[in-house]
Amino acid sequence: MTVVSIPWLELAIFVPLAGAGLVGRIRDPLAALRWTLAFGAVALGCAVIAWLCFATGVAPDGTSPQDVVPRIFGEQVFSLDVLSAPLVPLVALLHFLTALATARTKMTRFSFTWLLIGWSLRVATFGCTSPETLSVLLSLNVVPPYLELVRRGRPTRVYTLHMGLFLGLLLAGLAASGSLAAVLLMAAVLVRSGTFPAHLWVADLFENASFGTALLFVTPITGMYTAVRLVVPASPPEWILQVIATASLVTAVYAAGMAIVQAETRRVFSYLFLSHASLILVGLELHTAVSLSGALALWASVIVSLGGLGLTLRALEARFGRLSLRSYHGLYAQSPSLAICFLLTGLASVGFPGTIGFIGAEMLVDGAITANPWIGVLVVAASALNGIAIIRTYLMVFGGRRHMSGVATHITLRERIAVLTLATLILVAGLWPQPTVLANHRAAEILLKTWSPSERELHEVTKSVLHSVGGASPPLSNG
Amino acid sequence: MPDLGQYAIICATIVLLAPATLLVVLGIPSLVGRPLSEQSIQLAGRWAIMVALLAALGVLGVMLSTGERHVVLDLGAWVSVQYSGHGPSTHYHFIIKFEFDRLSVPLVILTLVLCGTVGAFATRYLHREPGFNRFFVLFAVFLLGMVTASLADTIETLFAGWELVGLSSALLIAYFHDRPAPCRNGFHVWVVYRVSDAALLLAAVVLHHLTGEGDFDQLTGNAPWPHAQVALTPSQALTVGLLLLLAAAGKSALVPFSGWLPRAMEGPTPSSAVFYGALSVHLGAFLLLRMSPLITISVWLAIVIVGLGFVTAVYAYLVGTVQTDIKSALSFASLAQVGIIVMEIGLGHWVPFLWYVALVHLLGHACLRTLQFVRAPSLLQDYRNLENALGERLPRPPGPLVAAPLRLRGWLYRFALERGYLDAILIDYVVRPFVRLFQWFDRLERRWTLWLDGQQDSPRKPVPQELHPQPVEQVR
Repeated sequence: MTVVSIPWLELAIFVPLAGAGLVGRIRDPLAALRWTLAFGAVALGCAVIAWLCFATGVAPDGTSPQDVVPRIFGEQVFSLDVLSAPLVPLVALLHFLTALATARTKMTRFSFTWLLIGWSLRVATFGCTSPETLSVLLSLNVVPPYLELVRRGRPTRVYTLHMGLFLGLLLAGLAASGSLAAVLLMAAVLVRSGTFPAHLWVADLFENASFGTALLFVTPITGMYTAVRLVVPASPPEWILQVIATASLVTAVYAAGMAIVQAETRRVFSYLFLSHASLILVGLELHTAVSLSGALALWASVIVSLGGLGLTLRALEARFGRLSLRSYHGLYAQSPSLAICFLLTGLASVGFPGTIGFIGAEMLVDGAITANPWIGVLVVAASALNGIAIIRTYLMVFGGRRHMSGVATHITLRERIAVLTLATLILVAGLWPQPTVLANHRAAEILLKTWSPSERELHEVTKSVLHSVGGASPPLSNG
Repeated sequence: MPDLGQYAIICATIVLLAPATLLVVLGIPSLVGRPLSEQSIQLAGRWAIMVALLAALGVLGVMLSTGERHVVLDLGAWVSVQYSGHGPSTHYHFIIKFEFDRLSVPLVILTLVLCGTVGAFATRYLHREPGFNRFFVLFAVFLLGMVTASLADTIETLFAGWELVGLSSALLIAYFHDRPAPCRNGFHVWVVYRVSDAALLLAAVVLHHLTGEGDFDQLTGNAPWPHAQVALTPSQALTVGLLLLLAAAGKSALVPFSGWLPRAMEGPTPSSAVFYGALSVHLGAFLLLRMSPLITISVWLAIVIVGLGFVTAVYAYLVGTVQTDIKSALSFASLAQVGIIVMEIGLGHWVPFLWYVALVHLLGHACLRTLQFVRAPSLLQDYRNLENALGERLPRPPGPLVAAPLRLRGWLYRFALERGYLDAILIDYVVRPFVRLFQWFDRLERRWTLWLDGQQDSPRKPVPQELHPQPVEQVR
């Protein structure tokens, strides 16, 4: 048995699912956490190896002759390409760190079983290129947060309405053809990404669901992946792209402005996410090589940096409850490491020099100004406003009269590991960006080729071109 | 045996590596929760700055001995991608390149001398302060930012240094963060800096598109500063120049952004001295000097710069005369000089020699002001001792505003006391409408969400306002 013969990608998808089956039977929260981490570590390892196999050309499409799914369904369902290969381990890492940094105070309210199920669904989504299977996975993805809202007795209508609209548009788009299909699918993407005015569900979800569940549901920016997989091959007409780019741009600036005036940390986070997700969509919809490369680079950076920021806020909430921004909390002395992590992840998300987001943001602005100088100005404005929101939140949470607590609230070992992992990723990718930028650029080139009118109808061509990048051979047949 | 040129390159590399190493040495232990001791921090800071200073002097020595006025340290493309798909070919690159010339070498030496002096001062001033390590980490960020911005040979590299300087400055203003006022003032400064950063970023990208490069050499030709010539039309130069002027105005507290300068005095005296009295406040003027070829070809840009410098100088002089605390008085005195320096830079359009005057003015003023800031706390103590010995207050001469005509005097006093109403204007006409607009949007969204939830008559449970700390044993 060689490295290639092991179905790493399928293991990365199904190990968490198996873990969910076991963890669901465990009543002790600590034991459940330990098993979650054990299964999670294996799944994360598999995801990383699948990516390495792809990156080194050992497994050109991330599949293996021993894959089980093709034997059942008769076709290859899960595979990697230049776009999804780095996203799969990133999404797995985000889930692992979320489990790792879960505080004991939250264990009774946070379901590890559903975390593992969500993990499996999201990795499967990012490892799937077939439109039909992808739409099924996207539909399944919306279920765990809904069930949690029901379980917690929180209002579900806002979430249900928006996700219902998303699924309706998605299915209608798949059923339709031509430009109408592209329009419907793009509308579905906008709802899923929280583009104005269909953005209320994001803040609502963060207010009502557990922070971990909301974070994992939104941070991978599944809407962008849907756009790349379903909308780009449908080649939407130019006027639609302009309308959508405008809507995304308005959302980016609007959400950044809203982030500044929020009075609760969770709502700040939700609007920061909305602004970033919209900026990434702007980069996609401008469809220039540089803007698209920038958008893809920013996408990876947002998963890491906003994911890290969310985990930091979650760790603070585990100690101090939900944090209002109507007064200063003075938490620096209690949690200096969390303060550093907050700053690092927050600044990385707005593209601070030396961090993972810097080059992505630069390229996005560059591409935007090429397309239209005013778009560039608005992108810069959104980024500047996001930076203001980050520092305002930092000063409100960590500044002010020193909070005196009778109990120790310093960072725990598990949290420190999560913090250091994220910090390493943010700084290493920030100081040595060329490999990630090159990978994103290759993906952008392929996407732009598939955007060309001469190739618009051929989704299969899209897949084969994506697979052929890096000298890879066509997908392996397991029939 | 390597020639002098190679020595210069080695020295140039050390100038950059030393501050970066200092940041790594201080930053990594802080990140892993094991900050260094005061003594180790002091030692690391001292050595890093000393090595960098000696290396900078080495570059200067080589330049003087060989007559070479333009030493370039090209680290190559940090990021480079070439697109060759459908449509026109596209190329994106981010070059990291540093230049040592008549402009950058004096500034980097000034930076290292002042940072070294103030660093030594701060080790005593902040001895046993809880935030000692935090101060020096931010100090290292500032130093790296200043060195990067001073030596940058591409506008993107300059932007990176510019951002590092801005962040460290804002966080150091909020150094005493257990009081709300420094946090508020740090935030205020950060907001102004973000506007400034955004303008610089736009200028960088616009420049990139007009010239195809962000490289100063490509922009200004290979002639050493200040004799370079730029291949842009006057209108293009005006566009880029105005964006750069906006960036410089934010960073150097020129009108209408001057309100942040006295707020910056909330930080500890060492940071006030080195940042807002000496280096950070001159960074805008340095940017204008670096882009002086743009001023050469655009007379309108020159006029705007001279006008802004003049207004700032007059404003700072008037406001400075009524300040009642020494740090604010010094900050406005500093701003008045910065205004004059900016005027000199603008006048360089007609008399290029004034750019040298502006550079010398900048260097001398930075040194003098640092000395005054560092001396300020002990000067007050000396005055107090003197008054105690005399048994009465020292005589206080009337301010210069008494010389104003009687009808104007009252208005001038009010104007000066209210610091020209600049903060009030910005807050009332920019910040407050912005915040109110978005708060209104927020209320609308909440009502809309409640309506969708069918809960408009039964508001949701409010978010708890009080902190309920959970012990780490339960968190763990």
